[in-house]
Amino acid sequence: MSQAPGNGGEAITITVKVNGKTYTHTIPPRMLLVHYIREVLGLKGTHIGCDTSNCGACTVILNGKAVKSCTLFAFMADGGEILTIEGISEDGKLHPIQEAFWENHALQCGFCTPGFIMNLYEFLSKNKKPSEEEVRRAIEGNLCRCTGYVNIVRAAMAAAEKMG
Amino acid sequence: MPERRYLGKRIKRREDLRLLTGRGLFVDDLSLPGTVYAAFLRSSYAHARIKSIDTTRAEKISGVIGVFTGEYFKDKVQPLMTAWALTGADLKPIKWPVVVHDKARFIGDIVAVAVAEDPYTAYDALEAIEVEYEPLPVVTDMEEAVKPGAPVIHDEAPNNVAFTWRLTGGEDFDSIAAKADHVMRQRLVNHRLIPSAMETRGALAHYNASTGELTVWVTSQNPHVHRLIMSASLGIPEHKLRVIAPDVGGGFGSKIPVYPGELIVSRLAMDLGRPVKWMETRKENFMGTHHGRDHITDFEVAYTRKGEVLGLRVRTLANLGAYLSTAAPGVPTILYGTMLSGPYKIKSVDVEVKGVLTNTTPVDAYRGAGRPEATYLLERVMDLVARELGMDPADVRRVNLVEKAPYNAVTGLIYDSGRYREVFEEALKRAEYSKWREIQSKARKEGRLIGIGISSYIEMCGLAPSRIARATGFGLGLWESAVVRIHPSGKVTVYTGSHPHGQGEETTFAQIVAEELGVPIEDVEIVHGDTAQTPFGMGTYGSRTTPVGGGAIALAARRVKEKARRIAASLLEARVDDVEYSEGKFYVRGHPEKQVTIQEVALASYTADKLPEGEEPGLEATVFYDPENFTFPYGTHVCVVEIDKETFKPKILRYVAVDDIGVVVNPLIAEGQVHGGVIQGLAQALYEYAVFDEAGNLLTAGFNDYMIPTAIDTPNVESYFVETPSPHNPLGVKGVGETGTIASTAAVVNAVLDALSHLGIKHADMPLTPYKIWEILKEKGVKA
Repeated sequence: MSQAPGNGGEAITITVKVNGKTYTHTIPPRMLLVHYIREVLGLKGTHIGCDTSNCGACTVILNGKAVKSCTLFAFMADGGEILTIEGISEDGKLHPIQEAFWENHALQCGFCTPGFIMNLYEFLSKNKKPSEEEVRRAIEGNLCRCTGYVNIVRAAMAAAEKMG
Repeated sequence: MPERRYLGKRIKRREDLRLLTGRGLFVDDLSLPGTVYAAFLRSSYAHARIKSIDTTRAEKISGVIGVFTGEYFKDKVQPLMTAWALTGADLKPIKWPVVVHDKARFIGDIVAVAVAEDPYTAYDALEAIEVEYEPLPVVTDMEEAVKPGAPVIHDEAPNNVAFTWRLTGGEDFDSIAAKADHVMRQRLVNHRLIPSAMETRGALAHYNASTGELTVWVTSQNPHVHRLIMSASLGIPEHKLRVIAPDVGGGFGSKIPVYPGELIVSRLAMDLGRPVKWMETRKENFMGTHHGRDHITDFEVAYTRKGEVLGLRVRTLANLGAYLSTAAPGVPTILYGTMLSGPYKIKSVDVEVKGVLTNTTPVDAYRGAGRPEATYLLERVMDLVARELGMDPADVRRVNLVEKAPYNAVTGLIYDSGRYREVFEEALKRAEYSKWREIQSKARKEGRLIGIGISSYIEMCGLAPSRIARATGFGLGLWESAVVRIHPSGKVTVYTGSHPHGQGEETTFAQIVAEELGVPIEDVEIVHGDTAQTPFGMGTYGSRTTPVGGGAIALAARRVKEKARRIAASLLEARVDDVEYSEGKFYVRGHPEKQVTIQEVALASYTADKLPEGEEPGLEATVFYDPENFTFPYGTHVCVVEIDKETFKPKILRYVAVDDIGVVVNPLIAEGQVHGGVIQGLAQALYEYAVFDEAGNLLTAGFNDYMIPTAIDTPNVESYFVETPSPHNPLGVKGVGETGTIASTAAVVNAVLDALSHLGIKHADMPLTPYKIWEILKEKGVKA
């Protein structure tokens, strides 16, 4: 996807706070949020796996909720606050979810990983002591083709423990 | 033997840090100044003549750079042909034009290409292209395709048969059948799957007109194979073509072949003078990237009243789709037929495979590639024989399992090493097989449906020996390359021809080198995926990366170590034979105070003033390693299911895998390979099914309709290893990438059918969905 946005209606100016930094851009109305994040802001950690909102590789946090950024237009995030995979580790220290994924070998090709982590970021902030069943339900909207989910579930349980 | 510092340890993966923080670099993350974007118009019909294409409206759209049709590419890009020209099978020379100009043969065929300043505009342009088609009769069903009068897809194959391949081993089947107590016939459908790596395929091409160099970043499992085939098709010499496969988001075989897409953007980058990029949409990935499996098999099995399986006659139709993809002909033949005696002492195998062309997406290697199909057949045979004889399925396997290795299989393969029966018993013990049989029998009295499935497999992997590959008609050898280079500071860079894309060899290869050289693992860097950096390499597939690629690396490290020992001897003024090496230090035997570190030796090799006579400066070695034989991982998986009598959904209560993958380099990573493989195989048994309608439309062209299982559809997997080193490579490793997929489909199907066996159910084809199970129960008059 490109830097040049293409046509498709009158351009819209939006202001969003992403990973703590405020941006103002003028964008075409049909631009998807995921393309805004990846191509305009250059944050390539948010991936596109399906463009039909099934796989969850594009999951980011918008105003505290995990959303699939391929399902929203960029203008819908106007005035909002976004957190992406690039924004969750502080001072080069991994977030406990990232740490748990590393320790439990919860990623192989790593393409789906940022989406899982962002989804769990919201879930684990609201569910301190989830059961394995609850974790499995929470990540139902994210697809992984490599791990069979076994170690992702393990990592999520370990992260819940770490985050206390 | 000194204690191992790295081999066999659960070391966290070094590739994870970049992937966990969003700093991975996938093809879609790249663009160059001035990049333009290509989008492909795919055929509206599965079989149609193209009468005319009007691009004028599309070309007028602001931001559109051009629209290009098959006429444009016809003489500029040579059509794709398979690289596995199966010998002795009457293989037809099928050609795949990158953009079709006369007729389209499946719905993924590319009819036109739009290039624009941004992808949104490129897709706008596709909408404005007008194509006039003359629809032709369509055939998607392979049994229909081989009947006289069926629509002809390629003139080169008038009966739609691309090849007929035959293998007979051991005693003649008819004579063995005459001696057998029983002969049973069964038809099995091993349905079509869609690999569905989470990253779709794509490419970015850049051409420098001054130097004549073309650089292509592509989602590939084997960049050198890509370069060789692309070079031939584009007419660009190999030394002017650089192929880079950066981080690749899963492949499972689907990123082995060269496809039209990468050739199209390469050619356009040359013609337009701007970098051209294309990434598949998910729908395109479903339609245009190859599929897997898709066999219909009729078999006869001859067996004794004691359950001894004497012989198999197998007649398989393999659907290859509309064209022959890069490795396609070898998958349902060499990788399937030769595996049809499995881990069993079968005395006669007679197999014939017809490769059939249909108006569907091409089929090629998908995780396991031929071996899951063979294992599925054999493991259904074992259960069917048990059912017929009223025996426990475990006992039938006990009668038939190979006793010891090396073993000469009737199909011509020589199994390397293994304790087949021991591993079988261990799996049953770990899964508490007898206990589950008791639970099952009690549960049945309560009307509950519990089933236990076993799957024992052996696979041919570490895909190598070049002489064998070539004898089967494969276009290249199957060795692997490695360079181990120690820098003046003693740090080590390893260049490998393998191209891991999730399997973790940046870590396991570093473990191997650190162990061999006795240096800290942090001092070892692994470089892969770039034809300008690494020697020609064959890539990552067929569970070959660690046995073949790792083997090459171990040999290169040993060669470097020997050179270092000679230099150390010179520095220590000792005889080479008296110099020992341990944990990074060379010392004179009996005089441990006389020592030099490998770092000091490295520096000396570059300052080059104290080298032994005749020794070249520098400290590196290049190895092209061609193993003598394949490796043969094997194991037994046990699955326990309960079918919910309200939803008819099978729930996995336990899944136990015991695998002998030889020496385990990193158990953490190896277990991960088993987990993922098992779930992929389980997905075929229960969920995934690629369906075309009669017109050749793919009805399952997205994740809404093609059911990749989620975390709530899948169980935990218990993975255990038994280590019998393989004598077929320097590390004793066997490979683990495909074991799970090869074993699990049969384990799950056997478990579900076992849950229904007391109702008189012998066989049902996959996927065993709740609907199918409901139908079976309804037919048997079982009330929910």
